[in-house]
Amino acid sequence: MIEKSVKQLSAMLAAKEISAVEMASEYLARAKAMADLNAFITLDEDKTLIDAQAADTMLANGSAGVLTGVPIAQKDIFCQQGWKTTCGSKMLDNFVSPYDANVIELCRKAGLVTLGRTNMDEFAMGSSNENSFYGAVKNPWDKTAVPGGSSGGSAAAVAARLTPIATATDTGGSIRQPAAFCGVTGIKPTYGIVSRFGMIAFASSLDQGGPIGKSAEDCALLLNVMAGFDERDSTSLEHAKEDYSRNLNTPLAGLRIGVPKEYFAEGLESDVAAAVLAAIEEYKKLGAIIVEVSLPNTKLSIPAYYVIAPAEASSNLSRFDGVRYGHRAADYSGLTEMYEKSRSEGFGAEVKRRILTGTYVLSHGYYDAYYLQAQKIRRIIANDFQAAFELCDLIAGPVAPTAAWNLGEKNADPTAMYLEDIYTLAVNLAGLPGMSLPAGFAANGRPVGLQLIGNYFSEAKMLNAAYQLQQVTDWHTRAPSL
Amino acid sequence: MSLSIEDVARIARLSRIAVTGDELAATQGQLNQILTLIEEMRAVDTSGIEPMAHAQDVMLRLRDDVACEPNRRENWQAVAPAVEAGLYLVPQVIE
Repeated sequence: MIEKSVKQLSAMLAAKEISAVEMASEYLARAKAMADLNAFITLDEDKTLIDAQAADTMLANGSAGVLTGVPIAQKDIFCQQGWKTTCGSKMLDNFVSPYDANVIELCRKAGLVTLGRTNMDEFAMGSSNENSFYGAVKNPWDKTAVPGGSSGGSAAAVAARLTPIATATDTGGSIRQPAAFCGVTGIKPTYGIVSRFGMIAFASSLDQGGPIGKSAEDCALLLNVMAGFDERDSTSLEHAKEDYSRNLNTPLAGLRIGVPKEYFAEGLESDVAAAVLAAIEEYKKLGAIIVEVSLPNTKLSIPAYYVIAPAEASSNLSRFDGVRYGHRAADYSGLTEMYEKSRSEGFGAEVKRRILTGTYVLSHGYYDAYYLQAQKIRRIIANDFQAAFELCDLIAGPVAPTAAWNLGEKNADPTAMYLEDIYTLAVNLAGLPGMSLPAGFAANGRPVGLQLIGNYFSEAKMLNAAYQLQQVTDWHTRAPSL
Repeated sequence: MSLSIEDVARIARLSRIAVTGDELAATQGQLNQILTLIEEMRAVDTSGIEPMAHAQDVMLRLRDDVACEPNRRENWQAVAPAVEAGLYLVPQVIE
């Protein structure tokens, strides 16, 4: 069962070959047996079975949809009523959410069954999952490797077949990079497509939810559930509902795929480049036309991102004050000390670094030099993409310069890890959709991802291109031996 | 641009995060590394370029000024560290 697609699981449930309760129980047993991967922060069998029973009722009374009864893992960033929602932080270790995020509401309405809450870098800040208060997730392909971050738990859970699909979020690559490192498929949609209501905020102008699954088809079906206008998110787009799976079978003949030369320059490991170029060759065989494009300001995405993201984080995370929810220090004298001690104890090192950085760049006299300048560079980067999309329909390249590194390898120097996000950050800055799909393996046997970037609202086209590649390659069906 | 120990202490105070003793010097080093990384951005000529906050340049929506949420005070306060009679308890701030 664990290798089945969402469509196949859905058919099994519809044909009454298996009940939602039985299906959830099988996945839960597997998740428990592989607890050493640390992919989940919370499993709660009773709650899962309540969801599954509700799904079985929907299946029995004819109100079921395509995804009713299908199990899902939720990233621990989406508030879910009655579930501990920690965002990977000690700050929220005691937080049981009193409400549902929009994404959770939509999953509930669709009859999806929550298996548990997946591990993540604290407040989604990190590229290796080592910043989680609950300890790092292990990469299912090699338990000495990082799973990527920040949605490392979601990616590892799908890779290890602990769940068929998972929710995730992407602020600077947090869906695409762990999907690449774990050999699974994930898509970050156009900014504003998936509601941020109830999704614990990191950098509000960049944060975007999206699905992770074994295949492009599974991602399309989950994105159908997650996407939609929500008036409670001020940046949600009033965009008509789409069926993201509608173009999966469209032939690719004549599709123009742009390859940015800057993504294959110095810094890209040769084995990663080889796998990505082989995938692009496959596209040629499928009838796509490969054109060279240029994204000349790619390098500036690192400084622009590491101004904008910390600035917005310092503002968003000011809500954690030990007053209304979250951690409060045990001893303090006076209100200021209560704030300072609660925040100092509740936040981990990377979160503190980013809050301090953000506070500095927003402080008196520096706003124009840093935040405003970064927003202008954002425009330059977005314009570069529009120039490239004059020449092509989709852009293809690597997700990250290397395959997964070893646990602990890059911990000593925080800024060294920032440089690993070079191919993913610009997509968030421009607000474009981006995805990662499996494209083979590096010399050390760890997965490599192919990144596809589309223009605004071109998710269906990207999923089409990914699906077509997955019809002629089998990288996405490879699973780690566990 | 390089931050001094005093700068770091000031930023920590503004952030309401206690950074003390040995942590100050370590934090100073790390923040200066981050600032070095972002410094390259400042030299870029951006004259005449409009800053970008949202890719679609959307306007913030307005809604009618009517109550739309039910009163769920008890639910919200159930997760608070200290409440009494519907109020959040904090240390005394006014003598």
